Amino acid sequence: MGVSLSLASARGIPPRVMALALGTVVLLAAMLAGILLGPARISPGGFLAVLQDLLGIAPLPDAFLRDAAVLGVIRAPRVLLGALVGAGLGVAGATMQGLFRNPLADPGLIGVSAGAALAAVAAIVLGGTVFGTAAGLLGLWLLPAAAFCGGLLATYAMERLGSVGGGADVATLLLAGVAVNAIATALTGVLIFMADDRQARDITFWTLGSLSGARWAHLPVLLVLVGLPMLILCTLARPLNALILGEAEAFHLGLRVDAAKRAAILLSAVAVAAGVGFTGLIGFVGLVVPHLLRLGFGADHRIVLPGSALLGAALLILADLAARSLAAPAELPVGVVTALLGAPFFLWLLRQRMAGAGP
Amino acid sequence: MIARRALLPAALLASGTARAAAGPARIVSVGGAITEAAFALGAGGQVAAVDTTSRFPPPVQGLPQIGYMRALAPEGLIALRPDLLLLSDEAGPVQALAVLRAAGLPIATIRDGAGPGAAEAKIRAVAAALGLAGEPVASAVAADWQALDAPIAALPRRLRALFVLSATRGAPLASGRDTHADAMLRAAGAENVLGDFAGYRPLSAEAAATLAPEVIVMMDHTIGEAGGIDALLAIPALAVTPAAATRRVVAVEGSYALGFGPRAAQARRDLTRLLHPGIALPELPARPWA
Repeated sequence: MGVSLSLASARGIPPRVMALALGTVVLLAAMLAGILLGPARISPGGFLAVLQDLLGIAPLPDAFLRDAAVLGVIRAPRVLLGALVGAGLGVAGATMQGLFRNPLADPGLIGVSAGAALAAVAAIVLGGTVFGTAAGLLGLWLLPAAAFCGGLLATYAMERLGSVGGGADVATLLLAGVAVNAIATALTGVLIFMADDRQARDITFWTLGSLSGARWAHLPVLLVLVGLPMLILCTLARPLNALILGEAEAFHLGLRVDAAKRAAILLSAVAVAAGVGFTGLIGFVGLVVPHLLRLGFGADHRIVLPGSALLGAALLILADLAARSLAAPAELPVGVVTALLGAPFFLWLLRQRMAGAGP
Repeated sequence: MIARRALLPAALLASGTARAAAGPARIVSVGGAITEAAFALGAGGQVAAVDTTSRFPPPVQGLPQIGYMRALAPEGLIALRPDLLLLSDEAGPVQALAVLRAAGLPIATIRDGAGPGAAEAKIRAVAAALGLAGEPVASAVAADWQALDAPIAALPRRLRALFVLSATRGAPLASGRDTHADAMLRAAGAENVLGDFAGYRPLSAEAAATLAPEVIVMMDHTIGEAGGIDALLAIPALAVTPAAATRRVVAVEGSYALGFGPRAAQARRDLTRLLHPGIALPELPARPWA
C-alpha cells in the first residue's frame, strides 16, 4: 500500500482515483479467481465451452454439463453473493468507525448482528411450530427474512433509545447498543436452551457464516437491499469527515449532524441485516477492511467508504474461495476463514506501519 | 443460458441413464446407517466418499471425507462426480441441498429413523435408490430383531435408565423421547427416565435425584472425554443417582448402538445383555454385515 501511495504521488495521480482504481482491479481479480478456481476442477476447454454457450456462439456439448452446473449454479451466484455481502459489511464498518470515531467500531455495535442472530435462531428453533404458516409460505426465505427484520428492529430500537430529546450523542448511542445487544443475546440464549441437538448444531454453523446456500434468486433482493444503502452511505463522506473534527465543529460547518448520524446507522443496518440473513454471521470484514484503506490511503471518507465496499467484496470472495478449497470436499465456515486469514495479515500490516513510523 | 440448462436436472441425468440400469457407479453416502446399508447390500465398492458419521465397515475409514452431515459443501460434493448422493434426512443445511438440486445432482433422501422396523425400512429405501434387491438383507435384519422380542418382553420389569449424550462441561446432556437413544433404551428392555421430555436436555442435580435412574448409558468416547467413570460419577447431577451408588455405567459405541442400521438387532442384543446380565437371549445367526 505504501508503495502504491508513493507511486500515485510520484505520478501526480490523486490518491482517491488511485485507491478506487486499485480497489476495482483487486475486486475484479478476486471475482475471476472465485469463478475459475475451486475444488471442482474446470478445464480451460470447459470454461470456454460454457462461455460460448452463454454468449450464444455455440451450444454446450453434453460433456461440459457438469462444468456449466458448477460455474452457473454454484460459483457465479456465490461470487456475486460474496461481493454484495462483503461490500455491505465493508461500507457499514467504515461508517461505524467514522461515526463513533472509534477504530474498534464494527456493525455489531448498533445491535444489527445480535438482532439478526436472535431472529435467525428463532426461525431455526421455532420455524416448524410457531412460524408454521410463515414457514410454509416463505420456505427457504423464512430465515433471511427473519434475520433482516430482526437486525433492523434491533438497530431501530437502539437508535430510538440512544436519542434523547431529538439529539443523539455518540456515547448514549453506544450504551444503547450495548443494552440492545445484551437483551438480544439473552433471548438468543433462551432459544438455544429450547433447541434440540440438531437445531443447536445448525445455530452453531449459522453463527460461523457460509456462502454455500447462494442462489441466483437471492441476488436481485440483495442488489437493492445492500446496493442502495451502500450508494447513499458513500454520499455521507462529507459529514463523516466533518465528524472527525468533533460534533460541535461539524455542526458549525453547517451540517445536519443528527440527521446524518441517523441515516448512517439505519442504512448500515439495512446493508448488514440483508446480507447476514443469507450468509450467517461473518466477522472481521467490517472491522478490518476500513483499516486497510486508512493504512494505505489516509482517513478521507471519500476514499474509505467506496474503497471499503470494493475491498470488502474482494476479501469475502477470496475468503470463500479458501473456505471452499482448503478442506475439500468438505467446506470451512467462511467466518472462520475471514478471521484466520485476515487477522494475522492485519497484525502484520500494523507492525509494518509501526516499523515505518519508528526512528 | 447456463442457468436454464443446468436448472434442468434431466440434462445431467440424461448422461447417467445408461448407467442407471446397472446402478450408480459412484455413490457419495451421508449418514452412518445409510453407508452401512449400502455396504450390507453389496454396493460398498461403488461408495466413493462418506461423511464423518460413517465409521463402519472399516473400509469407509479410508474413503474421502466430505465433512459433517449438517454442513454439506455443494461444490465439494459435485467435485467428487457422484452418480448418486445418498442422503440421510438428517443432512443439511437446506440451503446447500437446494443448490445441489438446482445443479442437477441426483439425490436420494433416506429417512434415518429409529425404533422397531427402522433398520429394515432404511435398507429397503437404500436398495431402491441403488436399484438393488434389498429384501434378503432387510428381512434378515427384521427376523434378527424380532427374535429378541419375546425374551425382552418377558423381563419382569423395565430397568430405569438414563442416556447421557455428553458430560464434558456444565450439566450433563441427557436424552429424552424422540431420540435414537430413547428408541434403543426401550428396545433393550429399559425405561427412559427422561421420557417425559423431548430431545436432549441439560440435566439438573435435583431432576436427576427425582428421576432416580438405576443405570447410566453413555457412548464410550464420551466417558473418556468426561475423564473416566470416577470423574463422571462425581458430577453432581449424576452423583445423586442410584446408578452412581452401584457404579452402573454402561458404555456403548455410538454409531453401532444408535444408528439403527443393518447391525440394529446385534446392537439391541448387546445392550440388552449389558442392562440385564442374567437374560437368556437366542443366538443370532452370523451375518456378513454384522
